[in-house]
Amino acid sequence: MSRSVPGSFAVAWLAPLIALLIAAVVGDILILSFGQSPGDVYRLLLEGTWGNAYGLGQVLYKATTLTFTGLAVALGLRAGLFNIGAEGQLAAGGFAAALAGLAVPATTPAFLAVPLCVVAAAMGGGIVGAVPGALKARFGASEVIVTIMLNFVVLALLNWLVAARLHVGESLHTPPINAGAVPRLADLAPAFHGSAANTTIVLAILTAAAVGWYLFRTRAGYDLRATGLQPDAAEYGGIRVGAVRFRALTLAGALAGLGGVNYVLGYKHYYEEGFASGSGFLGIAVALVGRNHPAGVPIAALLFATISQGGLAVNAIVPKQMVEVLTAVVIIAVAVTVPEVQRLAAAGRRVA
Amino acid sequence: MRRLLAVMVALLAVHTALLFVRPSQATPAFEGEGLDVGVVFDVGGRGDKSFNDGAFLGAERAIRELGARVRYIEPGEGTDREAGLRLLAAEGMDLVIGVGFIFSDDLAQLSREYPDVRFAGIDYAPPVDAAGNMIPPPANLAALRFREEQGSFLVGALAALVGDSKKLGFIGGMDFPLIHKFEAGFRAGVQAVCADCQVIAQYAGVTPEAFRNPGRGQELALSQYQSGVNVIFHASGSTGLGVFEAARRRGKLAIGVDSDQQAEAPGFILTSMVKRVDEAVFSAVQSVRDGTFQGGIFQLGLAEQGVDYVYDDHNRALIPDSVRARVEALRAEIVAGRITVPFTR
Repeated sequence: MSRSVPGSFAVAWLAPLIALLIAAVVGDILILSFGQSPGDVYRLLLEGTWGNAYGLGQVLYKATTLTFTGLAVALGLRAGLFNIGAEGQLAAGGFAAALAGLAVPATTPAFLAVPLCVVAAAMGGGIVGAVPGALKARFGASEVIVTIMLNFVVLALLNWLVAARLHVGESLHTPPINAGAVPRLADLAPAFHGSAANTTIVLAILTAAAVGWYLFRTRAGYDLRATGLQPDAAEYGGIRVGAVRFRALTLAGALAGLGGVNYVLGYKHYYEEGFASGSGFLGIAVALVGRNHPAGVPIAALLFATISQGGLAVNAIVPKQMVEVLTAVVIIAVAVTVPEVQRLAAAGRRVA
Repeated sequence: MRRLLAVMVALLAVHTALLFVRPSQATPAFEGEGLDVGVVFDVGGRGDKSFNDGAFLGAERAIRELGARVRYIEPGEGTDREAGLRLLAAEGMDLVIGVGFIFSDDLAQLSREYPDVRFAGIDYAPPVDAAGNMIPPPANLAALRFREEQGSFLVGALAALVGDSKKLGFIGGMDFPLIHKFEAGFRAGVQAVCADCQVIAQYAGVTPEAFRNPGRGQELALSQYQSGVNVIFHASGSTGLGVFEAARRRGKLAIGVDSDQQAEAPGFILTSMVKRVDEAVFSAVQSVRDGTFQGGIFQLGLAEQGVDYVYDDHNRALIPDSVRARVEALRAEIVAGRITVPFTR
């Protein structure tokens, strides 16, 4: 709690804590309005998530995808760019991973097939991210508009490719990949049996660490953050802002694309239409709550994954809309409390 | 800083206090003996006025008439489909039902993992192995499939007999095999009573979005009515609402699908090709109660009352008795196996 960084401790820990408490109280009231006991519902929610290995596995699985999409949004925001395209980038990454897995022969050894599919996922998402990046750098087109609209284009294109060309039988998914599948956590620890959690989580942790290193330990990362804080000053300081923005959005797309690995290589071993539905947009919330920090994002991802999986566990007694409302309340509470806590903390110091 | 801590303590106190509030009507956990049934709907499925709601009606009837205890799960995202089924199976439900073809792979896998739990899949499509061969369901999984082509055949014949035009219309939602069954049956039904009639078949799209696009439905329907079509059969989810709107505007007829859609445009709905998902769910629960549950693929057609068309006070005036008799004769032929209705284009 050093004085040289005023309020950072309070903002980093107190604000999310207060936001969570606000959300918990709103949740209490919602649960009561459904005629249920908040104690029962929260107990059931915790039992169904952190209370057993299977529930925990489901939380870890969901958090893995959300870590990637959260990082994709956070990296963009660090460069001053609002990437709302994680939904489409994630889907494109999953699709590219599945294509790569289908293209290689079944005899391909894992040490070749897995990296190939992972790189394909990053490239799939990266290409989708590069489009708004290029339009921003070249024409100054608003990345918000372009990334939102590109979601529709990408999802429609992928749906068409699967529905018209690649699906098997009466399903909406591609054939299973020939090679490139990664082990599930259940293969290493049988207690996780049945859960979708898989070793992609290692990739997620490594990726978060790599993003942290890139942002705070490299020249390119410095350029990116400088552009985000004050583009004109960065430009004046000799940073090629256009190039930095292009790179940031392309990298963000690649990060979201990597999320596709979790589903395609780790869980179902095929691309299914709609697999990414919602995870991209939730990435915005993850980045916000995770304070756009590579260490905060995985923690925020765990939080939202817990709410999501917990919602399923309590679905029998409260409608799923409660979970959707709760997610929204967490986001709003964080958005409100962070500046408020900052203000109060600053005021407190002046008095002291 | 002190104020912040005060806020935190206050919030914590309120939250802790609320945790101990227990409303009188709060449902306790499931315990004891009885017929426990779990139903997992598709993502965003409830409220579709079609088969998710049909499954709900069937389950509600099972609660009333069979005393079943039913737990519903509405998944929030794709991964939750398997998780929802697993949650119910792990609790030892007597029967777990997945509503929609999208559950097929998950049901196939879970029915192997939980051999003591019985499963049923509405519109279950047997998964295929790497070589493209269908994998038959295990003994504890009942695949409830409908012969939509048979019901479509009857409404096709009906449309041709009352349509007063050599052109009949078909509007499908997503262009894929499940909906091709409706088109194929409809075409065959039209041909059976009017060999020189022509069916104009169009689809709203190639993605699941095509089931939620009333604007597109209206556009397609208006152009079909313009070209001389008097009756359109839709198999397109809420896209069909646009077809009904077009019928109302042009004063023409439309045929509903899945459930009785008469109320959507009274006076302009000739009939509806109904898929009795409620009946299928109810009988599945009943068979578990009676101990007669069997796994395997069940094709529910006209003979099994799995599909039918609506004929009641609302549309009696639109269907002359002679037409009704002709269509009923065709039904008898199909039930007796003298007519085989095609299910592919």
